[in-house]
Amino acid sequence: MSSTAVSTPRGLRVPRWVAPAGIAAGFAAAYLVFRGTGTLPHDSEAPQFAAVTELREWIDDHRNDNPVFLYFLNYVRLFVGGVYGAFHAALTALGWPGLIGVTGALAWLAGGRRIAAAAVAGFCSFGVLGLWESSVETLALVAAAVLLSLAIGVPLGVWAGLSRRVHRTVTPVLDVMQIMPTFAYLAPLALFFHIGAPAGTIATMIYAIPPAIRITALAIQQVSPTAVEASASLGATRAQTLVKVHLPLARSTMALAVNQTIMMALSMVVIANLINAPGLGSDIILGLSRAQVGIMLPAGVAIVVMAMLLDRMTVAVARRGPHSRIGRARLAGAGALAVAGVALGFALPREWPRALTVDLAAEINDAVLWAETSWYGVTTFVKDTTSYLLLNPLEGLFTSAPWWLVAAAVLLVAWRVSGVRPALTALGCLLAIALLGTWEHAMRTMTTVAVAVSVTLVVGLALGVAAARSARWSAVQRPVLDAAQTMPAFVYLLPALALFGTTRFTAIFASIVYAVPPVVRLVEEGIRNVPGPVVEAAVSAGSTPGQLLWKVQLPMARRAILLAANQGIVMTLAMVVVGGLVGAGALGYDVVLGFSQRTDFGMGFIAGVATVLLGVMLDRITQGADRRTSPHQRTVT
Amino acid sequence: MRIRLLAGLLALGLATACGGATVETAPSATAAEGSASAPAPAGTVKIAINPWVGYEASANVVAYLLRNELGYTVELPEIKEQLAWEGFETGDVDVIIENWGHPDLKKQFIEEKRTAVEAGSTGNKGVIGWYIPKWMADEYPDITDWRNLNKYAGLFKTSESGGKGQLLFGDPSYVSNEAALIKNLKLDFKIVTGGSEAALIKGAQQAQAQKKPLLFYFWDPHWLFSKTELVRVKLPEWTEGCDADPKKVACDYPEMDLDKIVSTKFAQTGGKAYELVKNFSWTNEDQNAVADDMTNGGMTGEEAAKKWVEANPAKWQAWIPR
Repeated sequence: MSSTAVSTPRGLRVPRWVAPAGIAAGFAAAYLVFRGTGTLPHDSEAPQFAAVTELREWIDDHRNDNPVFLYFLNYVRLFVGGVYGAFHAALTALGWPGLIGVTGALAWLAGGRRIAAAAVAGFCSFGVLGLWESSVETLALVAAAVLLSLAIGVPLGVWAGLSRRVHRTVTPVLDVMQIMPTFAYLAPLALFFHIGAPAGTIATMIYAIPPAIRITALAIQQVSPTAVEASASLGATRAQTLVKVHLPLARSTMALAVNQTIMMALSMVVIANLINAPGLGSDIILGLSRAQVGIMLPAGVAIVVMAMLLDRMTVAVARRGPHSRIGRARLAGAGALAVAGVALGFALPREWPRALTVDLAAEINDAVLWAETSWYGVTTFVKDTTSYLLLNPLEGLFTSAPWWLVAAAVLLVAWRVSGVRPALTALGCLLAIALLGTWEHAMRTMTTVAVAVSVTLVVGLALGVAAARSARWSAVQRPVLDAAQTMPAFVYLLPALALFGTTRFTAIFASIVYAVPPVVRLVEEGIRNVPGPVVEAAVSAGSTPGQLLWKVQLPMARRAILLAANQGIVMTLAMVVVGGLVGAGALGYDVVLGFSQRTDFGMGFIAGVATVLLGVMLDRITQGADRRTSPHQRTVT
Repeated sequence: MRIRLLAGLLALGLATACGGATVETAPSATAAEGSASAPAPAGTVKIAINPWVGYEASANVVAYLLRNELGYTVELPEIKEQLAWEGFETGDVDVIIENWGHPDLKKQFIEEKRTAVEAGSTGNKGVIGWYIPKWMADEYPDITDWRNLNKYAGLFKTSESGGKGQLLFGDPSYVSNEAALIKNLKLDFKIVTGGSEAALIKGAQQAQAQKKPLLFYFWDPHWLFSKTELVRVKLPEWTEGCDADPKKVACDYPEMDLDKIVSTKFAQTGGKAYELVKNFSWTNEDQNAVADDMTNGGMTGEEAAKKWVEANPAKWQAWIPR
């Protein structure tokens, strides 16, 4: 849209830094003069919160007699619950040998013997870890959510792919859905769909639908127009063209949509446990609330294994050419495996044999305790230094500054970086946060995000630059980044919790680890994409490598870096909010509290809304990169 | 043919739609109804697990007896205190085995919605309070009176407490008057949420062992009292009704008679399982023994329950319905 390079009039010969420095000085002076006035301190009994709590009480009382619930919402709940129940019953009915056999067979059909072996081993590991039942529940929840997401997402995506107008309408909605931290929609869902597996499935769907729609639309748009025209000129109807041309040609990209939907669903199932969705999430939350990594780690491993297997299987399907056929040997092998599994299912006991489980909780807890005690000095030093030198002063700054000063700063920065319209949106979000009564906590959360993002960017830039300059380093780093991006977000909480206990710093550490990989990737790509002739020209003009980097490559990769910052912020915010579970305060904790104490439901609900507003605001501020790609979207190759 | 099918479907849809769907309508309601009238011995009981080990001890002993003496299947879903009450309605929870007061929830779910009923005392006496490690009480004798807390607030400062004294709290779902107490008693303290029972225990043990200052939320019955010396800080004495309005609380927690809550449905159709839950009653010492085995003895809940059951047959045999 608009490039917003500010250029000073030539005649004046004022150095470029004068205007920003002057503005900054002005803000500093205003802060010093007005500090402590115009602050909006947090009041947990604010009327806004009380109103929502009352609304919840009203809904609870009328859940069974209000027509909207009686004839619509409860039916949705019932239907989704039924789908989950059906999957769960089917998977349980197979028994563990049957499920392992059938999964192995599917993997064989999808990608061959190797993936089949991995699938069998992976599913056995669920049993060995003692998590068979939870894993089946998670699998059923993911299956239900993915099926329903695709049932809604694929038709919508096809429509959006065919019609520009639909595409334009859907895109902003999807944008918001994807910026929205997962935590935020749990409270409204609990309000309308109560708690339990159905509500958990719906929460997972909301998170998983956007990639289904987006990628399907992309797949349809990418179908070559010549093929479409050819089909139309041969007299095919629109429906025929869709079924015979669009869909077959878009097939492999659409398999990626399935892949992404599954991945999204898997990373959501844990958080969905906060509203009582069953599955592995409950083991993780149990571990969090007992501060025992020993309980969480096996469940975390099981989810990662599940994610990797499903990822491999769907990617294998996506990679296969449209005309490849499954060989007879493969079919026979897969069939034999499935039949053997199901047959064994009848012969063997229904429950995973206890003799085959390994309980590592005690050992892991001991290891964590060892790490905690022996690294206590270092971790405490890091934590306390960050808290006293960075977090506390910055938090003090944000919370003691008058609200209008913060608003002005946000407006100016967003204007400078992204343009007028995003700046106004950002300002609107900020004012809404103030009106909702969540100003102080939003400022605290913003502090945490700011600290985490700055560290993420420093680390990400360093690693990205290193990778762009050394092919070897890039090759070493790539598989690590790939693996890191397949993992569900909360997995990063485990090491953080083990090292730093429950504090704000834990959330910061986890979000840095979570957000660094995409930042590295974007920075590396940005620098690599700097045109070769430019680099050569700079080198032949005698630039040192340092000059080349600072004067040529980084400025030219500005857009990629801005995009990296944008993604980093969105991801960090999502993680910092989840950090409410492990000691990060402010908005994330309010959301957690809203689920824990009925009287604080309103505060939690509004904190969720405020988180979304904060996310949109931070997104708009850093939106300067012209071509928007959706946050969270992984690059799958 | 097609039209007839459609009409049939429509009629079916109307028939179900007329009733509307309530939250209790389970997806497999028709299948369940047949067996609900006479619960088979191999029924399923769902006991909510709240996040503190004393609760888990009680739940595990009851679960052990339900499984091994009465042949029930027992599920122990991890659900926080207040959400568990909602679980009565959705069918996710049958039993809360240790309820700490919650008069507001009792009013709402027992009296108004009638989805839950009381199932008698657990025999445990519970009391919540603010504690400090014993060395502090020895060093600063007057610290145990709340009036002097502000004088010592500086001792309790941490990186998380924003210049005030830190009051360490546990799981966000715990029963809590802390915010009101700090406000109404004008204490210069800030609540810092440790997030779990484990964080409180670790804090308390470290504070006593390394002579570090700590003021924290804790409760009795708890095994920790037999391992680490702790002293309770005296808040203004509890009187009847002083905690009626949660926003105006300015008094200590009362001693509570911990009790069991079950879903109305379970009370009506739970048969022997319900009888056992109703009869279950033991002492604080019993609970502490099992909880200690679970936390410090390296036992799972089931192992610890088994050990207690084998050592105390006279106690639990009285609970088994005849």
